[in-house]
Amino acid sequence: MFKVEKRPVESRLMGYLSPVLAAVLTLVSGALLFLLLGQSPLEGLYTFFVMPLSDLYGLSELGVKAAPILLCAMGLAVCYRAKVWNIGAEGQLLFGALIGSWAALQLLQAEGAWVLPLVLLAGALGGMFWGLIPALLRTHFNTNEILTTIMLNYIALNVLLYGVHGPLKDPDGYNFPESALFSESTLLPTLLDGTRVHIGVLFALLAVAVVWVLLSRTFVGFQIRVLGLDARAAHYAGYHEKHLVIFVLMLCGGLAGLAGVLEVTGPIGQLVPQVSPGYGYAAIIVAFLGRLHPVGILLASLLMALVYMGGEMVQIELGLPQALTGLFQGMLLLYLLACDFLIHYRIRLVGRAAASAAAPASEGA
Amino acid sequence: MDIDFIINVLYAMIRTGTPLLIVALGELVCERSGVLNLGQEGMMLVGAVCGFIVAATTGSLFLGVLAAMLAGCLMALLFGLVALGLSATQVATGLALTILGAGLSAFIGESFVGQTVQGFKALPIPLLSEIPLLGPLLFNHDVLVYLSFGLFAGVIWFLRSTRAGLMLKAIGETPESATAVGLPVMRVRYLAVLFGGAMAGLAGGYLSLAYTPLWAEGMTAGRGWIALALVVFASWRAERVMFGAYLFGLASILHLIVQGMGVSISSNLLAMLPYVVTILVLVLLSSDKARVRLYAPMSLGKPFHRTQ
Repeated sequence: MFKVEKRPVESRLMGYLSPVLAAVLTLVSGALLFLLLGQSPLEGLYTFFVMPLSDLYGLSELGVKAAPILLCAMGLAVCYRAKVWNIGAEGQLLFGALIGSWAALQLLQAEGAWVLPLVLLAGALGGMFWGLIPALLRTHFNTNEILTTIMLNYIALNVLLYGVHGPLKDPDGYNFPESALFSESTLLPTLLDGTRVHIGVLFALLAVAVVWVLLSRTFVGFQIRVLGLDARAAHYAGYHEKHLVIFVLMLCGGLAGLAGVLEVTGPIGQLVPQVSPGYGYAAIIVAFLGRLHPVGILLASLLMALVYMGGEMVQIELGLPQALTGLFQGMLLLYLLACDFLIHYRIRLVGRAAASAAAPASEGA
Repeated sequence: MDIDFIINVLYAMIRTGTPLLIVALGELVCERSGVLNLGQEGMMLVGAVCGFIVAATTGSLFLGVLAAMLAGCLMALLFGLVALGLSATQVATGLALTILGAGLSAFIGESFVGQTVQGFKALPIPLLSEIPLLGPLLFNHDVLVYLSFGLFAGVIWFLRSTRAGLMLKAIGETPESATAVGLPVMRVRYLAVLFGGAMAGLAGGYLSLAYTPLWAEGMTAGRGWIALALVVFASWRAERVMFGAYLFGLASILHLIVQGMGVSISSNLLAMLPYVVTILVLVLLSSDKARVRLYAPMSLGKPFHRTQ
């Protein structure tokens, strides 16, 4: 018989192990799924998780896909540390991409080193603005930021669609819903010839460092953590909760907006409706999986980028639906939340007599 | 505007509001038991795709509806096991359910994209449907719309007049006291979550079998989220859920009205309207903190641990 009992203190070890356990469970489920689909499980997993990384191009693509996820997830981590449930990184990314693209299209004829920074700044500001809306709604009207940020995701997508179907549509584009190609001076330089790795990857790494310092070494970071742990304590300590909420949402919006503008000035090179295959949503999983810690998030974003690449790879190699990506993402998060049970509880093997004498500490386990 | 146009708009409003009504009623019952399930969107998607696949392969719409509800239930069970059984945070678990539902539905529906089924047809009720104005508006719908009327009445009756309903509300307010007097908190919460799942599945099935009888990836388009806002809008009262659902239905078909009046605005801008309306409504209703606190079930979203 198994007995579930509450741990006297949270297990730090399980805090680290639970994401690993969740990843393993996802792999096992994936193997079963491949079996169910009539594929060899080992071949399926190999194609999904190993083959994408078998050459330099694959490794470089991992960086390209991880960068936007990483940027969004770093911002989300700061929000979640403050218990601000921002689900809107996707919309903030899209709006950043839209505003950045608008700036890039205004500067098609411009030359010079100042052009690209200006475009990137416009994108980041666009994302910041999109983060400011739910922040102000929460601080001034007490609205639930989960619902407002979700709605703003849909609104941002529709504004973007309006842009590519309307004012930003390429006049010479045969009526396709996409903008003109950006000029050379508004495109990100690549780091490696023959790959799509662009300097935006460095920005993402820089963001990891900045957020790390912010959270662990600054007073604002301290205030954010206190706010998240105990809002009342933060209140009594005299912290301005409203300012902190605005700060974290604008920070996240700025990073997500930067991720968006990096996509359009980097790998894509123009504004298209499919700027993001759900990077902003994947970043939610990454933030949790990385335990809201910069280093954890860095690792988790690489895993998530691999999941995107794996989905494409099984489609090309095995003819399986690319939607496997979304399925793996969902499983990963759900397994993680389930495994987190072990942080607070432990399961012990006990004798039959002892088990029947003691009531289980928790339901359903 | 002539009277026929108005009737047509109101008729479309009811059809568009129906999935919102169904899923929001489910979430209402769930939240009244103290459980906040943010996974409505995911459960709707899985319900929509399962309902469609079963209807398309068996040719039976009835089996499709059953499958949609069962699929919603299974998703809800997953939520229950993790959020109630393993005490994970309800917010994160609900989000996980939506992400999983989006992925799962896209995956299993991959080969059905672009197919159609012969969806539910309008079923005019004899005599009643001949009443002027009201007849064509209320009594000329498909069977699922009638079912939603019944559900609405049923939920009101359940919460107001049954012992089980009172038990559910008590558990949502103070689970500790409820346990003390011997009420089965966990069992009731599981059942409430499962009911919410069945309703979300049914709402998804309504979309893929009646509203637009086809499967398209992500076809719920945020209706699950709007339903969550709707429950806040209704301040956890079933009567107001119906009013709100039709109001949102109206907001969603405003583009038809605007086009009907001959105004041309980009369809993408008009498609934003339901989401903008949702935010505006949240602003209007949440500003009064005291009011929200007064009506929200007191234990909403808080995990409950049975004391030893």
